[in-house]
Amino acid sequence: MLSIDCPWCGARDETEFHYGSQAHVSYPENPDQLSDEAWAEYIFYRDNPKGWYQERWVHTAGCRRWFNLWRNTATHQFGPSYKPFTQAPERPQ
Amino acid sequence: MSGPLTRRRTAELPEHPDFLWRKPELKKAYDVIIIGAGGHGLATAYYLAKNFGITNVAVLEKGWLAGGNMARNTTIIRSNYLWDESAGIYEHSLKLWENLEEEVGYEMFFSQRGVMTLAHSVGDVRSKQRNFYANKVNGIDTEWLTPEEAKKIAPILNISDKIRYPIMGATYQARGGIAKHDWVAWGYAKAADDMGVDLIQGCEVTGIKVEKGKVQGVETNLGFIAANKVALAAAGHTSTLTQMAGFRVPLQSRTLQALVSELLEQVLDTVIMSGAVHVYVSQAHKGELVMGAGTDAFNSYTQRGGFHVIEHQLAAACELFPIFSRAHLLRTWGGIVDIAPDASPILGLTPVENLFINSGWGTGGFKATPGSGWVYADTIANNRPHELAKNYSLKRFTTGHLIDEHGAAGVAH
Repeated sequence: MLSIDCPWCGARDETEFHYGSQAHVSYPENPDQLSDEAWAEYIFYRDNPKGWYQERWVHTAGCRRWFNLWRNTATHQFGPSYKPFTQAPERPQ
Repeated sequence: MSGPLTRRRTAELPEHPDFLWRKPELKKAYDVIIIGAGGHGLATAYYLAKNFGITNVAVLEKGWLAGGNMARNTTIIRSNYLWDESAGIYEHSLKLWENLEEEVGYEMFFSQRGVMTLAHSVGDVRSKQRNFYANKVNGIDTEWLTPEEAKKIAPILNISDKIRYPIMGATYQARGGIAKHDWVAWGYAKAADDMGVDLIQGCEVTGIKVEKGKVQGVETNLGFIAANKVALAAAGHTSTLTQMAGFRVPLQSRTLQALVSELLEQVLDTVIMSGAVHVYVSQAHKGELVMGAGTDAFNSYTQRGGFHVIEHQLAAACELFPIFSRAHLLRTWGGIVDIAPDASPILGLTPVENLFINSGWGTGGFKATPGSGWVYADTIANNRPHELAKNYSLKRFTTGHLIDEHGAAGVAH
């Protein structure tokens, strides 16, 4: 089980959280002008790297708040977690 | 001489076993390179050779043959999916399974012991009955069972209405079943090798060379290999390969865990699945109970998952089969499955000419092995999607013509 660092509550067990997939995917700015390809990108396409990944989690059984973090999908190693609307930390080495 | 050396031998060591396939010399160029020697990659090579006479083919495998998801699944075979497209390709696959051992000339322990999918609530009953009628319309064998009929087929089921998730009915596909995953891979590998296909293990693709929108070959740890056509069959690692070729695919890689118990007396001679309680169980020929459930929640390439997921599966199994509560867990494993947004495969052409994709089989690829290989080989040989693959193109995510099999898969993922 992962130990996930909630930026409000500190490290807690994975079972307290739900996964929110890739972080920093914004709603399109001009939805009325978007092509079908661009809609497909926004709705269905997410990065799927083998390595460091910025992703969203929500602390469902804790403070119930969303946050972002860096995690390595090849090793399960965690980088820093951070609150929404704050500057994202650098990609860990 | 005297002493222990003169002692009469009580057992002779057997001769070194014959290898099922050659250890071929890697050529500089091939007509077709298939990336990934799992079930789908090997089946594709076999049908390329068998159905189209294309034998100048290499199957590249970064690890060992059939050591990825082919060694990490629960071997369930069925074709009772909801939508027409799924019924088409999975039923084609099941029909191939039914004659596969004879065709390939290799034992695969294919056993049509039936697959039962349980319903535990009124909503569940309606959804399973919808599936049942859809299967009927598509000509796929299916039955609707009452709890009593289900218990007749699997006497160890707990059909009391006093439990938390009582069994209110079930669908049953009698032609479904299991096979021995390793033997399936070895059978395809041997037959493909016999026809001249090169199976190259320990060969990792590190780059895909594309010029003027057309694939030229692959960079590997063993050097550059040229190819007229390159076919991806790398399951959970598909995204890393398409990235090398310069385009994105709507896939997410997750860990899917499964487990076996110690060897037990035969108590279950059918496959039982439950989406609501969330487990699927069969008993292997040797006697292990083989179980699986949903994926771990987050993207991962580690082939490892959380033990709380296993705990959840076992709790579900004990709920349905109280007799299992004394069984010991022997071994767990995780595979990396590639899941598309609609939980259906992506099979066909790509934005790169002569580069083909077969991926997105997610949590249910094993059953599709023969059908997937057949359809993929036809697609590669003819440079256009096979009739059964038409709707599985990458384009469906732009047109919106999704094939939503989230609910119709035996369990939710």
